Amino acid sequence: MINASLVELRRALDARQISSVELATLFLDRIAALNPQLNAFITVDRDGALTAARDADARIAAGQAGALTGIPLAHKDLFCTEGVLTTCASKMLANFVSPYDAHVVSLLKAAGAVSLGKTNMDEFAMGSSNESSFYGPSKNPWDPSRVPGGSSGGSAAAVAARLTPIATGSDTGGSVRQPAAFCGITGIKPSYGLVSRYGMVAFASSLDQGGAFGASAEDCALLLGAMTGFDERDSTSLERPVEDYAAALAAPASAKPLEGLRIGLPREFFGEGMADEVRAAVEAALEQYRALGATTVEVSLPNAKLAIPAYYVIAPAECSSNLSRFDGVRYGHRAAEYGDLADMYSRSRAEGFGDEVKRRILVGTYVLSHGYYDAYYLQAQRLRRLIAQDFQAALAQCDVIAGPTTPTTAWALGAMADDPVQMYLSDIYTIAVNLAGLPGLSHPCGFGAGSLPIGLQLVGDYFSESRLMNTAHRFQQATDWHQRRPACAQ
Amino acid sequence: MSRTDWEVVIGLEVHAQLNTASKIFSGASTAFGAAPNVQASAVDIALPGVLPVLNRGAVERAIRFGLAIGAHVAPTSVFARKNYFYPDLPKGYQISQMDLPVVVGGEITIRVGEGEAAYEKTVRLTRAHLEEDAGKSLHEDFHGMTGIDLNRAGTPLLEIVSEPDMRSSAEAVAYARALHALVRWIDICDGNMQEGSFRCDANVSVRKKGAAAFGTRREIKNLNSFRFLQQAIDYEVQWQIDTLEDGGTIQQATVLFDPDSGETRMMRSKEDAHDYRYFPDPDLLPLAISDEWKARVKEEMFDQIGLLPEDWRKKFVDQYGLSRQDAIALTPFPRAPIVFEDAALAAAREGESVTDVAKVAANWVINEYLPRWNASAERHPDIAIPEGVHGSIVGYLIRLVRENVINNKTAKDLFDEFWQRAEAKFFDSHGGTEHDVDRLIEERGLKQVTDSGAIEAIIDEVLAANPKSVEEFRAGKEKAFNALVGQAMKASKGKANPAQVNELLRKKLTG
Repeated sequence: MINASLVELRRALDARQISSVELATLFLDRIAALNPQLNAFITVDRDGALTAARDADARIAAGQAGALTGIPLAHKDLFCTEGVLTTCASKMLANFVSPYDAHVVSLLKAAGAVSLGKTNMDEFAMGSSNESSFYGPSKNPWDPSRVPGGSSGGSAAAVAARLTPIATGSDTGGSVRQPAAFCGITGIKPSYGLVSRYGMVAFASSLDQGGAFGASAEDCALLLGAMTGFDERDSTSLERPVEDYAAALAAPASAKPLEGLRIGLPREFFGEGMADEVRAAVEAALEQYRALGATTVEVSLPNAKLAIPAYYVIAPAECSSNLSRFDGVRYGHRAAEYGDLADMYSRSRAEGFGDEVKRRILVGTYVLSHGYYDAYYLQAQRLRRLIAQDFQAALAQCDVIAGPTTPTTAWALGAMADDPVQMYLSDIYTIAVNLAGLPGLSHPCGFGAGSLPIGLQLVGDYFSESRLMNTAHRFQQATDWHQRRPACAQ
Repeated sequence: MSRTDWEVVIGLEVHAQLNTASKIFSGASTAFGAAPNVQASAVDIALPGVLPVLNRGAVERAIRFGLAIGAHVAPTSVFARKNYFYPDLPKGYQISQMDLPVVVGGEITIRVGEGEAAYEKTVRLTRAHLEEDAGKSLHEDFHGMTGIDLNRAGTPLLEIVSEPDMRSSAEAVAYARALHALVRWIDICDGNMQEGSFRCDANVSVRKKGAAAFGTRREIKNLNSFRFLQQAIDYEVQWQIDTLEDGGTIQQATVLFDPDSGETRMMRSKEDAHDYRYFPDPDLLPLAISDEWKARVKEEMFDQIGLLPEDWRKKFVDQYGLSRQDAIALTPFPRAPIVFEDAALAAAREGESVTDVAKVAANWVINEYLPRWNASAERHPDIAIPEGVHGSIVGYLIRLVRENVINNKTAKDLFDEFWQRAEAKFFDSHGGTEHDVDRLIEERGLKQVTDSGAIEAIIDEVLAANPKSVEEFRAGKEKAFNALVGQAMKASKGKANPAQVNELLRKKLTG
C-alpha cells in the first residue's frame, strides 16, 4: 500500500479496502519510525491528520469523494497552515503558528486531502541541500549520508521514503526539480502565476512558485490539478480555467505515443560540468523518448550561462526586502535582551536568521543600494529578459526542452558547506527556467554510483504543464525508474 | 543686508488621505478613531505569506485628481518598495511609487493676498503618486515602552508634489488652501487636518535676488494646519537668511516644526538620510490605466460633482461679468456655485437676464449664504450639509427687495430665520418655501412702506422729537443725519424704504 499510486489509493479508498484513517495511520506510523533518521518532517500533525481522515471517510461514505479525498500528503513548511506551526525551517519562526491557511493549503483541505504535517526545507527556501535548516538537514533516503537536495528537500525525501504519497513544495531556482532528481521522484514547478502564492512565505516573489511532488507524473498531475486556480488575493495569480491534468493523461496507449513530439536539446545543457554518469543516464532516456516516437533537435540558449549571476542578484534583492518583516516586533523571534530599537532589530535578526539567509540579505541589500542599483539590479533584469527570449526562440523549434536536472547526483552532507558559490553553480540547469517563468518537470531516468538517482528535466512553454506531465507519463509507462524505491521503502 | 535682498523658494509635498472605505492593499476599514489595531488585517500587520491587492477606488481617486489639474494620467505606472525599518512599518517597506507615478504634471491657480494687492499665480505640479500610510507609534502611556497602532497602516495616500514655484509663505498657504479645497471638491479626501487627512511638508530655501541657482533646501515635515505652515516657513526663512548673513551655510536637512516654541529644529541631516533601496514591488503588476477607464472616471466625476471649480469661475467671469475675485469666492465647494446660479435665476425680474442680477446675487451668496453655511458646518462637523436654504429662496428674497416689496433688512432677517429652521432639522429641509416667504410677510406685516405721505408723517414726528440732532446737522455734522435716518427707520418698525427716508429727510432738512 505504501508504494501504491494515487489512482490505486483512490480505488482502494472507494472500494473500502482501506479507510482514510487507516491510510493516514499507516503513513504516520512510517513517519514515527523513519523520521528520526531522515528528518524529513519538522512538524507531524497526527491529531489533525486523523481528524481530517475521519472527515474524509465520511465524505467517501456519502459518495462525495473527489480525486484527493482521504489521500495523505505533506506541506513544505513555508505554506501557512492555520493552527499548525509554520517555521520556514528558521529559528525566526520557530514559534510561529499561522492564523490562516495558504491558498494552496485551503484548496487541498477542501479537496479532502489529509495533511500529515510540515516538511523540512532550507531556511526560508534558501539553499540547495537542506543543510541551512534550523532543524538540521533532512537526509537522502537512498543514502542518509547524502543531501536530499533543496530547498524542498524534506518533501522530496518524504515522498521518496514513502512517508507520504505526495507533497507540496516551492521552486524559486530549482527547489522542486533538484530535490526530486536527487531523491528519485517526480516533481513539477508550474508556470509563474498558476499557483497562488498567498500564504506561501515569500523568498523571491517574482520567482517563487508552488509545485508538486509525487512518485510519478500521474501523481503530480492529480496533486497539481488541485493546487491551481485563480486567487484574487495574489495579484500575480493568472485568471485562466483550471485544467484537468490527470484526465489529459488518459489517452489510449500505443507503441509510439510521442509520435510528432519534438524535443529540443540545448547545446549549453550538454557541455562541460555534467558528470559522466548523469550524461549517460540522460542520453539513454533520450533514446527511450525517440523509441516512443519523439524526435530530438539541437537548440541553443546562449544566455543560459548568465542565469546564475542574474538570479543571485534578483533573488537576494527581493529576499532582502521580503524578510524585513521579520523584525521581532509583532511575531517570531525577538532577542531576550536588547538596548534600543536598533539593537532589538539587529540582535533579533542576528539570532533568528542562519548564515545563508544573512548572506543573501546582505547581497540583496548591497545590490539595491544607491549607486549600485543600475549596475546590478537593472542589469540582472536585462539578462532575465534575454534569457526568457532565448527560451522563446528555442521553443519555436521544438515542443519541449530536455536535459539533465542537475550536473551531479546528490552530494555528501557537508561537502559544500564551505563553498556556497559551488552550491549555487549546481543549480545551473534549473534557475534559468524560473527567470523565464516557464514550467519545468524533473523525472527519474536512472542511477549513478552508489545507487543515487538521476533526474531528467523537461521544460515547456507557458501553461504547457499538461504536455510536460503527459510526456513524462508516456516515458514512465514504458520504464520503471519511477517505481524504484530506496531500501527504507521496500 | 536686509530681508528684501533675498528670494524665498518653496515647494510643497502634500499627503492627502484618500477617502476609500477600505485600505489601499487590504480589505480592512479606514475609519478614523477605532480602538488600536482592530482595523489591522493579516495584510496590514504583514503576517508571513500575505500579499497586497490594489484597491481600485484609490486608483480612481488618483485619476480624478489628475483630470482635475489637467495632468497626464500615466497609462502605466509602477509600485515600488521603499525599504526602511520602523516598528510602525510592519513589512519593513512602504509600497509607494518612484520612477513611474500615476499622475505627472498639471497645475493649480492660486489667488494670494486681499483687495487691491491680491494677485493670481499658477503653481505647477511635478507629480502625484499613490502610496500606503504607516501605522502609529504611541510613546506615551506605556511606562517607557512604545505602543504600536496599525489601524492607519495601509491607508491610501496621494502624495502631491509641487514644483518649487512659491515665493512666500503666503503663496505656500494659498496653494495649500487651493489644493485642500480641490481634493474635497472632487471628493477624494475629507480634508480633515486634525485627523491627519491632509498633511504638508515644505521644502524651503533662500537665494540672493537674481541668483540663477536655488539655495540649499531644508524640508519641514508634517505640518497639519495652514497656520503652522505659515509660521514654520516664516521662521525657517528668517533662520536661513540669518544663518547666511552671519556667514554660515545651509546644510540639506529634514526639520520639524515645534508649534509651542514656533521654531524649526533639525530631525536628520543629509548624511543620516536613509538609503531606501527602492525597487519595483514584485507582488504587484504595473498599474495599467486605459483611456476607457479614465473616461469612465471622468463621467462619474461629472455626474457626482458637476463642473470643476475652474470651469465655474470661467463661466462666471465670461458669461455673467463677475470679477475673478467673486468667481473664486463663489466656488469653495461644489454646491455653492449651484446655489448662486439658482439665486441669480430666481432674482431676475421679468425681462431681466441672469447677468443683470449676477452681482447682487453673488453678494448675497458670498456675504449671507456662505458664512452661515460655514458656521453650520463648524457646529455640525458630523453631518454633510446638502444645501441649507435653497438658492431659489435666496433669489426670491432678492427679487422682493428689488421690487420694493420688502427692504434688505427684512430679507436678511427672513433668510436667517429660514436658515435656523433648516439647521434645526439638521438640513433635512430648506427652512421654507416661496409660499412661506409670502405668508410671513403678510402675517407679520413686513411689507415695505413706500407711501411718501406715511413716511413724511414719520419723519415729521422724528424731527419734532430730536431737535438736538436737527441742530447738529444744521451745524454741519453729517453723523446727525444718519442718526435721524435710524430713528425714522426704527419708528417705521424697519419697514420704511430706506432710500425714500433718506431722500425725504434731506429734503425736509435742507429744503
